[in-house]
Amino acid sequence: MNPTIARITARGLVGRRRFLLLLPLPLVLLVLATLMRSFDSALEPAVTTVLIAFGIAVVVPFTALVIGTGVLGPEIDDGTLLHILAKPLPRREIILTKFAVACGLCLPVCVVSLFAAGWIIDSVRLGAGFAVGAAVAAMAYCTLFGALSLLIRRPVLLGLAYILVWEGLLGNLVTGTGVLSIQQYAVTIAGWVSGSGVVDGRVSLPVSLIMAGVFTIGATLLAIDRLRSFSIAGSTG
Amino acid sequence: MSTQGTVEVQAASRWFGDVVAVNTITMALGPGVTGLLGPNGAGKTTLLHLLSGFLPPSRGEVRIGGMPVWRNPEVYRTLGLVTEREAVHGFLTGWEFVLSAARLHQLPRPELAARWAIDLVELSDAEHRRMGTYSKGMRQRARVAAALVHNPRVLLLDEPFNGMDPRQRIQMMRVLHEIGAEGRTVLFSSHILEEVEQLSGTVQVMVAGRLAASGDYRTIRRLMTNRPHVFAIRSSDDRGLATALVALPSVRGVDLDAAGLQVRVGDYGSFTRALPAVARNTGIQLRQLLPSDESLESVFSYLVAS
Repeated sequence: MNPTIARITARGLVGRRRFLLLLPLPLVLLVLATLMRSFDSALEPAVTTVLIAFGIAVVVPFTALVIGTGVLGPEIDDGTLLHILAKPLPRREIILTKFAVACGLCLPVCVVSLFAAGWIIDSVRLGAGFAVGAAVAAMAYCTLFGALSLLIRRPVLLGLAYILVWEGLLGNLVTGTGVLSIQQYAVTIAGWVSGSGVVDGRVSLPVSLIMAGVFTIGATLLAIDRLRSFSIAGSTG
Repeated sequence: MSTQGTVEVQAASRWFGDVVAVNTITMALGPGVTGLLGPNGAGKTTLLHLLSGFLPPSRGEVRIGGMPVWRNPEVYRTLGLVTEREAVHGFLTGWEFVLSAARLHQLPRPELAARWAIDLVELSDAEHRRMGTYSKGMRQRARVAAALVHNPRVLLLDEPFNGMDPRQRIQMMRVLHEIGAEGRTVLFSSHILEEVEQLSGTVQVMVAGRLAASGDYRTIRRLMTNRPHVFAIRSSDDRGLATALVALPSVRGVDLDAAGLQVRVGDYGSFTRALPAVARNTGIQLRQLLPSDESLESVFSYLVAS
């Protein structure tokens, strides 16, 4: 962890306008949870529609998409990443610091909002379950989207495709896609921690834990390797 | 060529698809200031990217201080870099930017190093302003300070004078002169010939991805024997001197006008040895003798045209 890189990354991220996009999502989640509670809705539809369909499937991945792509993507686009890269620093240190900043900003937003929403809807235990599920998912998403920034020029588009098409559309139509769905890992882990019978993931707990680890560690290693070979886009000037 | 502070390029090429940006370049740079010249699209920036470790050569090898530069962050202990893109973190002040560079270099006293570098580029007055409010020239000076903060043995600069006003240019030239005089290796690209001429006698000229010439540009000019050298001469009797000079085998032509003589010479050495004898034998007094096409501009235009 390099404190200088962490400070520059965090200031760059928080200062960007798109960071403001993050504010409404957790607020909407809390409003929905409060409405469900005040209308005395049954537990299962409240959990399914608010905590899973909005909390785990929207708040967590979109927050991670904005933050995960934000720690590297804009600096690659405008060339300011060279200020950090032209230093005798192991690329591992740069990536671990940037991903730590991403997780450090994303986790509080996701964990606190999911915990509060679960608590409002039912109990502290349900809230704790979704907080843990959100934490695991947030780390996997942040590292995945961070690594995408080093692989392609439009990481946000591919990230959106993963969230909306792979997890959102195919995840509901083709059951096998759940094995490669961070959203499904989060639901399974939330169900296991909360002990709630209404939270039922499509992937087993061991697979969820292992695959979440594979996504997080694999994306981090991939990002380190890509950064070692970082090259400036072709120029003939 | 394993001395620290030496830049070595060995048969390096770089292509992008069908476009060959750098074509089998071999060069070695030692201490001092060297200008990298070439028309737009000649491959200067690509070569600097190869030298700075931000582009792998498609073929060949690039070393700095004996170390390969590609996938080797350790080389940045020796190397300072100012890229052509002027992007900076606009939310940082100039001081924070240069200090962050010192800290990222893990210097033992980063504040002292940052102070030295900022004073060197004369940015102290604006150091506490956010760089987003800087002019182009101020951003460029902040970037130069950040590149110099660890006192590198090798400094690479891509168009370093872009956006600077004349006073800033002169000041930056002085800084680069001093760095070169201290025995450090400075390579800078520029498309403004006057800048290169003022800053460095030694040039690397790139044309269409190839190294067209390398060395002191005056020496390069003298080696271009296929192009006549032009001398401007004024004397006590221009007409008489013109008559005597056309008889010399090294002289290809003489023009006489109100400003004096323009003499085109095939062999630089023979002519400069023969001229004093001609003046003495004819009793003509030489008042001025200037090689009028030994400017960098002439050399550059000859190289590009050929």
